Amino acid sequence: MGMSIQQIIFMVLSVIALVSALGVVLSKNPVTSVLCLIVTFFTIAGHYIMMNAQFLAVVHIIVYAGAIMVLFLYVMMLMNMNADLEPQKRNWLKYAGAISGGALLVVLVAALRDASMPALSPQSTDIGLIKNLGQTLFKQYVVPFEVSSILFLSAMVGAVVIGKKD
Amino acid sequence: MQALTNRAKAVDRSPMTFMEKMYIPAIAKGMGITFKHIFKRKATVSFPEQKRDFSPVFRGLHVLNRDEEGRERCTACGLCAVACPAEAITMEAAERKPGEENLYREEKYAAKYEINMLRCIFCGFCEEACPKDAIYMSETFAPSNYERKGFIYGKDDLLIPDPKEQGK
Amino acid sequence: MTLLSIDWFFIIEKVLLISVVLVLSLVVAMYSTWGERKVAAWIQDRLGPNRAGPMGLLQPLADGGKLFFKEEIIPTNANKFLFILGPSIAMMVACMTSAVIPWGDTLVIAGHPVSLQVADVNIGVLFIFGVVSMGVYGIMIGGWASNNKYSLMASVRAASQIISYELPMGLALIALLMLTGTLSLKEIVEQQRHGLWNVVYQPLGFFIFLICAFAECNRTPFDLPEAENELNGGYHLEYSSMKLGFFLFAEYINMFISSALIATMYFGGYAFPYMDSLGLNPNMVTILGFLALFLKTLFFIFFFMWVRWTIPRFRYDQLMRLGWKVLIPLALANMLITGAVILARQH
Repeated sequence: MGMSIQQIIFMVLSVIALVSALGVVLSKNPVTSVLCLIVTFFTIAGHYIMMNAQFLAVVHIIVYAGAIMVLFLYVMMLMNMNADLEPQKRNWLKYAGAISGGALLVVLVAALRDASMPALSPQSTDIGLIKNLGQTLFKQYVVPFEVSSILFLSAMVGAVVIGKKD
Repeated sequence: MQALTNRAKAVDRSPMTFMEKMYIPAIAKGMGITFKHIFKRKATVSFPEQKRDFSPVFRGLHVLNRDEEGRERCTACGLCAVACPAEAITMEAAERKPGEENLYREEKYAAKYEINMLRCIFCGFCEEACPKDAIYMSETFAPSNYERKGFIYGKDDLLIPDPKEQGK
Repeated sequence: MTLLSIDWFFIIEKVLLISVVLVLSLVVAMYSTWGERKVAAWIQDRLGPNRAGPMGLLQPLADGGKLFFKEEIIPTNANKFLFILGPSIAMMVACMTSAVIPWGDTLVIAGHPVSLQVADVNIGVLFIFGVVSMGVYGIMIGGWASNNKYSLMASVRAASQIISYELPMGLALIALLMLTGTLSLKEIVEQQRHGLWNVVYQPLGFFIFLICAFAECNRTPFDLPEAENELNGGYHLEYSSMKLGFFLFAEYINMFISSALIATMYFGGYAFPYMDSLGLNPNMVTILGFLALFLKTLFFIFFFMWVRWTIPRFRYDQLMRLGWKVLIPLALANMLITGAVILARQH
């Protein structure tokens, strides 16, 4: 009976996250896949909140669930893909997918097996709170931050250039 | 071509000025106008409690008239039915029997007289055609009804009450 | 069991507060439908609903009853699950935002301080932003699941409109946040309580936020997703009965919440002039503050309606041009100027 309320929430969130993540892969209907992915994002945001990273959680929801997935859904809806309309994939494609996915899993497990996880320590850190995060981002990591913003800018310019072409 | 009035205005196709492109002044003006309308007199007539006055020449539901002694004036000549452009009037004539002199003024009367109010266009030609001043148009309109047959007005709907009986 | 160590008073207080806030938003939304019809009528020189109850005050109940008893139709080729999910998401998302709005200062009941805010999270503004960005799912899923081309077109319009107007809204908010230095709505209000209202410092930001709020609520002049005369009713074309009611109701709740938000962020929230120098009992001041917020909110709801019955709908390209070519540059300029002024004042 040693389950604290945090552990219960963690369990519930993880189960929903895993089930919906499986739903993304296994669902025949692409729109259902996207909806499952949105649910997954929400559960992951829940995990962020559990780790006291509220800013990350809410930005995760705004950016991924609120903007990117809307565009995904948009495209899916306009393409109107149905399970019966989709051409049958060849078998070797399935095997190749399974092998490369499995390889990725192996790499991830190998990488994480020995890694220490300070974030999972029982006492919570306050780094995820917006004030501390801002201090860290704009003082300690200001150069990488600005470099990444230039990366986004170049992506934007690229999009405009592609869009301008007739 | 000569203009009928001097109010015609040529369409202004010059490009919008910056102020016009901002929309805001125009929107503010429009909102001012709508706000003023909130306090204006309302055009609504709350019908059952409040009734709109009809004009003196209003042509409403028909009535079949009686003379001073309470006898029906209509002799079923059919002129009203002929005059009716919508063919809304039908009638059947009958001969007055001895002893019915107090009911009908002439020797011939309308045994059946029907006006279909759904066909009637309330033009008033029947009123003009009647040589006996038997049909008049009143100042009310036909009330609503659930069925079509409710709009076919027979004699009992059209005849005005007997002035002698009213006196009693 | 650690479960027993939960502060039960806290739980009860929050549950009560959530129910009160929910009921309040539902009632206000209900009477907004009545208010909308009245305002529309007055602006058009009519009387408006006046038959159900005195001044037509029972009209929302009659409308709601009608919607409940209407026949429920789900199109044969519609995706049933998503068809039901659409209005549910719309309604849920509409109700969620009210959680972080401070409806008043703290009340002291039997020695316990009770905050009139469901959750004072330090990411309040961002929370609202996240929830608002979820709102489009209800429309999109509902419109797509209806299996009707008009619904689909409306949901496509809704998605692009809401995403486009979220950007200037966020940029306008960033300028406000630079000014206040906090994301907590409670603190934003407290700052305005002791100083001037934010609209004085951020008139342009307020204006941009207001326009974007109209667009996010799908209110005229940005009601293209439910354009009656071009799309036969828009994304809720195939809906009937209470599912349609949910969609319509969500719009009114959104309107209420956005009005409350505008009042909170730019017009002082529950703060009103001279509230601290009246010498009243703190509880009394809190109640008056709540009433002040409520009045401000009602004013903005009226403003929403006033605009709806004045301005015609934008064309779609005009909508996009306004969003991307006018509002975003304006909001960016507002942000830059605000930043520069703050920097100059620090030195």
